[in-house]
Amino acid sequence: MQASDRFNINSQLEHLQAKHVGTGHADLNRFEWAVNIQRDSYASYVGHYPILAYFAIAENESIVRERYNFMQVCNSCNPNHDG
Amino acid sequence: MASTDSEIAYTQEERKKMEQQLASLTSVTFDVDLYGGGSDTRFEGYERSIAVNEDDDVVQDAGESEVARKLASYTAPKSVMKEMPRGGGEDDGGDMGGFKKPQKIIDREDDYRRRRLNRMISPDRNDAFAMGDKTPDVSVRTYADVMKEEALKREKEDTLREIAKKKKEMEEEEKEKGKGGERGSRGDAAVAPSQKRRNRWDQNQELEGGEKKAKTVSSSSDWDMPDSTPGIGRWDATPTPGRVADATPSISRRNRWDETPTPGRVADADATPAAGGVTPGVTPAGMTWDATPKLAGMATPTPKRQRSRWDETPAAMGSATPMPGATPAAAYTPGVTPVGGVDMATPTPGAINLRGAITPEQYNLLRWEKDIEERNRPLTDEELDGMFPQEGYKILDPPASYVPIRTPARKLLATPTPLGTPLYQIPEENRGQQFDVPKEAPGGLPFMKPEDYQYFGALLNEDEEENLTPDEQKERKIMKLLLKVKNGTPPQRKTALRQLTDKAREFGAGPLFNRILPLLMQPTLEDQERHLLVKVIDRVLYKLDELVRPFVHKILVVIEPLLIDEDYYARVEGREIISNLSKAAGLATMIAAMRPDIDNIDEYVRNTTARAFSVVASALGIPALLPFLKAVCQSKKSWQARHTGIKIVQQIAILIGCAVLPHLRSLVEIIEHGLNDENQKVRTITALSLAALAEASAPYGIESFDSVLKPLWKGIRSHRGKVLAAFLKAIGFIIPLMDAIYASYYTKEVMFILIREFQSPDEEMKKIVLKVVKQCVSTEGVEPDYIRSDILPEFFRNFWVRRMALDRRNYKQLVETTVEIANKVGVADIVGRIVEDLKDESEPYRRMVMETIEKVVANLGASDIDARLEELLIDGILYAFQEQTSDDANVMLNGFGAVVNSLGQRVKPYLPQICGTIKWRLNNKSAKVRQQAADLISRIAVVMTQCHEEQLMGHLGVVLYEYLGEEYPEVLGSILGALKAIVNVIGMTKMTPPIKDLLPRLTPILKNRHEKVQENCIDLVGRIADRGAEFVPAREWMRICFELLEMLKAHKKGIRRATVNTFGYIAKAIGPQDVLATLLNNLKVQERQNRVCTTVAIAIVAETCSPFTVLPALMNEYRVPELNVQNGVLKSLSFLFEYIGEMGKDYIYAVTPLLEDALMDRDLVHRQTAASAVKHMALGVAGLGCEDALVHLLNYVWPNIFETSPHVINAVTEAIEGMRVALGPALVLNYCLQGLFHPARKVREVYWKIYNSLYIGAQDALVAAYPILEDEENNIFRRPELAMFI
Repeated sequence: MQASDRFNINSQLEHLQAKHVGTGHADLNRFEWAVNIQRDSYASYVGHYPILAYFAIAENESIVRERYNFMQVCNSCNPNHDG
Repeated sequence: MASTDSEIAYTQEERKKMEQQLASLTSVTFDVDLYGGGSDTRFEGYERSIAVNEDDDVVQDAGESEVARKLASYTAPKSVMKEMPRGGGEDDGGDMGGFKKPQKIIDREDDYRRRRLNRMISPDRNDAFAMGDKTPDVSVRTYADVMKEEALKREKEDTLREIAKKKKEMEEEEKEKGKGGERGSRGDAAVAPSQKRRNRWDQNQELEGGEKKAKTVSSSSDWDMPDSTPGIGRWDATPTPGRVADATPSISRRNRWDETPTPGRVADADATPAAGGVTPGVTPAGMTWDATPKLAGMATPTPKRQRSRWDETPAAMGSATPMPGATPAAAYTPGVTPVGGVDMATPTPGAINLRGAITPEQYNLLRWEKDIEERNRPLTDEELDGMFPQEGYKILDPPASYVPIRTPARKLLATPTPLGTPLYQIPEENRGQQFDVPKEAPGGLPFMKPEDYQYFGALLNEDEEENLTPDEQKERKIMKLLLKVKNGTPPQRKTALRQLTDKAREFGAGPLFNRILPLLMQPTLEDQERHLLVKVIDRVLYKLDELVRPFVHKILVVIEPLLIDEDYYARVEGREIISNLSKAAGLATMIAAMRPDIDNIDEYVRNTTARAFSVVASALGIPALLPFLKAVCQSKKSWQARHTGIKIVQQIAILIGCAVLPHLRSLVEIIEHGLNDENQKVRTITALSLAALAEASAPYGIESFDSVLKPLWKGIRSHRGKVLAAFLKAIGFIIPLMDAIYASYYTKEVMFILIREFQSPDEEMKKIVLKVVKQCVSTEGVEPDYIRSDILPEFFRNFWVRRMALDRRNYKQLVETTVEIANKVGVADIVGRIVEDLKDESEPYRRMVMETIEKVVANLGASDIDARLEELLIDGILYAFQEQTSDDANVMLNGFGAVVNSLGQRVKPYLPQICGTIKWRLNNKSAKVRQQAADLISRIAVVMTQCHEEQLMGHLGVVLYEYLGEEYPEVLGSILGALKAIVNVIGMTKMTPPIKDLLPRLTPILKNRHEKVQENCIDLVGRIADRGAEFVPAREWMRICFELLEMLKAHKKGIRRATVNTFGYIAKAIGPQDVLATLLNNLKVQERQNRVCTTVAIAIVAETCSPFTVLPALMNEYRVPELNVQNGVLKSLSFLFEYIGEMGKDYIYAVTPLLEDALMDRDLVHRQTAASAVKHMALGVAGLGCEDALVHLLNYVWPNIFETSPHVINAVTEAIEGMRVALGPALVLNYCLQGLFHPARKVREVYWKIYNSLYIGAQDALVAAYPILEDEENNIFRRPELAMFI
């Protein structure tokens, strides 16, 4: 990066992006990215009731159990989760 | 030859006469005629400094603009008129080109603020945290030491006051008893110190005189020195080695004792003060203290304290190892302002800080004198030979009586000024060439001002560089960087600032602050310089973090004054620094550093400390500070501590506003006992703090004030004067928080006191009473009847008097309060009472009445006003309007407008009379009157149509039309504004004069460069083009189009916007072809702003006349092989697609080939502009089925992601964002996936950036599009759910 770039809007943009969990950077490895994808996916399933209902029918589970299971995956992907 | 001799004789005679004259002025030895009588007026006629820019230019400019202003009529040819300077009449003349001349801070400070210079940068303190469990070394200055010193100072102050009091008493006694003599004289000696101290504060006093006096006093006897009181001696006598340095900052006069030839001294006495002595290290806080930490044990080096010279035991002196650079300061007691003399020390920064002795005037004097000295130095024989012909001159011996003038007084601060030290003196031999050449600073350093030499002088002797110790080299490096920051060019400054920041920890807190802080105390500092230095501190603080702890107090000493600066930004800056400082140092350190100042004897110190504490509270949270505040507010030791503690609470409330609410109860509890304090000042500040708390927490939190209601209401019965005013203020702010019933009860309680105080002659009391009345009246529970019967009569009798109109603040407060009362009791009551005063003989009073009526009527309307009052009102207003002599604030105009507008149709009978007045005034000789009359027309035009006075308006229109030849631009602008108002309300068809006559008259006015004229004219033309274009032939419109192009150069955005819109209207009226041709031609001009505005105009024309009328010509223009034109076309397309939005779907396929070409162009700007066009296009057509074209364009945009130029990459990123919206994130993700794990880091970085913005924009939608990853050993990456299928 040039010296002049350091303070312009683009660097601010990067800074802003870095504040969000789930954004990446050049040194991100496959595992970390995959964890992000995993977490986002299951969080998204939990967040959309219709899709949850769809999965429940397909797996022949109750909607609540589906949600519980998905939450477990989410939690295990949580960056603060130790284990 | 004989004639020569006689001439010489004659001249000698003359000179002798003059000398005699001079000799008669024994007291002053310099030439009074030349230099003026007193030291203050001496330079009145001179330029004090030579301006960087040529002053003549400015003067000429001002003159020119004045002429231009007067001549500015639209008929003058351009060459005569020249271009009007920007801003014309609005900006004041001194403001050249928007840049303020640098201003010294001290020039705008009042005496109180100047007291900052009396504070001194205290030595480092012990960092309790760094110490851990260890007991601090005796020599280190700890919190306990500082507290002890403070206590001592207070005690001393008390004692002195006691002594002075006693002396006075004694004197009186003596007078009575008729005794004289000994005791009296001793009394004088004791009184003297206090007097002298006062002198020190007083910076403006003539220094020379003061100095002399000081000298004579000191020479009389050292024993007379009042400050060698045994009390202090006792403290000082403790023979700790740490005390050595006490000598330095002491105020005691320099005397022969100071010149003891100790090792430390010898070097200095002759040493060039500029070299070492000048370094900021000399401040008492300087590096001496850092280098030998033992020295830090020195006790309060504040100006108050004078130290006995006995403190310095010779042995101790010996231990003060001579440190180059630092020692001289120790040697020369800075208290003495050097006047002449061989050993005159450079005034060290310490000296300045201590005494505030070197005033800016003196610096100017130094500068000036240096200049004069150089010019007036004696000419050498060779020079004289060169100047005079060989014949006709004869070299005479000087008369026997001649003695060169060597008196110090004559030479003022002459020789050894900081500049005059041997180091910088230009060697004799090459003197001849050095006229006026500023001495070059070595090594590309920026120019130093004379006052900088004492801080940066060391940078000038380069030859020593090699034999410097690493520490000194570091110092020197810091100095260089600071000098660059302070005086350098912007790039120099930028790099220096960055280096300082980056290397902050490497340099260390001590050396850094010891350089920076003295600079901030420099009396000649300018705003800009201070800003830069403060910025340095801020950056450095951030880096140093906990390392700043020992320096907290020092920093506070220089930063606190910023908190009371009159400049808002300085205050904010100060707050920011203190807030950062407290975050870096932590609460404990902050409290330890500031606690001693809380009961400082100097009110200034306490005041700034209280403010600083409030900043600390807002930075670290109020709860953290509460226990400390509680303790301080209950301090038994001194009322000053309680006062300051309570003041801190007040400042907290002011600073953080409604954020006090959670802590309101505890804050009130902390200070409530202050209402009954024994000290009057504490009671006052407590009431003021309560007022601030109530104001900050309004409208909530009344329950927290329950406990203070009783003492407050009891207090207003028992107090008088200032305390009462403060109590009333508190009540005024608390009442609005109450419920209606309580409010009414408490209002009645307080009201009779208020009414009693109505008569108070005290201005401050008046203001507070008015404010409290306003607050009471505005609360819900107070009944109108009560106000009418109990308050109004007294209120009007006491306040509505002419005298109140003379003071600005009284005037404002009275108007506000009256308006508030009117809100309660209605218009008729108030207006009825004051309407007669519209005919008062005092103009300011009439103006106050008018402003009140205006506000009341604007708030409440005129429906309450009956026929009789209406008549009186109009009559009064007309009288006041006509009788006004000056109306700068437009009070009369606004009042007239407001009343007429609120009366509405009822004004009809008076309109002929009003119009008569207007017409008469339009013909007035004074430009102001004409302008005001025209302005009034635009205010009442709407009401006139309501009254169906169209004929009258037509008549006014014609009159205004006739005045279009007006030569004053301000007036012309107003006339155009009035015409616009009339056209707006009566419409194009009914307008007289008819539009077809009016518009051709406006065309030449468009050439006028005055902003007000331009703005009103373009508005009027635009309005006509919009509504009545058909009344004017197309040829006239084209002519206007050409004039409008010039208007695109206007500085004011409003004018450019109106112009661009007018293009749209005209294009709509006469068809886009001709207008477009004009605009496209204009793309070829050089000026960027002009081109940008043209592109906007093209886009607007396209929008108003449908894009298909414009696009072909526009795209055809792209074939012109000229960069500016092509870029202009692209820019127009970008604006075009931005404006037309969804309509773009019909044109996207048409422009795609052009954009393809542009996105592949070699020129960066082509690609940038095309990318932004693509963005707008994509955003406009999202969801309208143009995906094929967009994907095609994305393929052209994508390769540009590796651009590095910020604007280009920005445009490209935004285009991709647009594509995300239009094509969906999944598609863009697929473009991204190819580079996220690219082997080259540069590539990965870019791709991740795009991925991140994609992710933030549409995280949820990406879930379905993520690639399928296979599990690895223990890690499950699979997400099988989405593949499920029923």
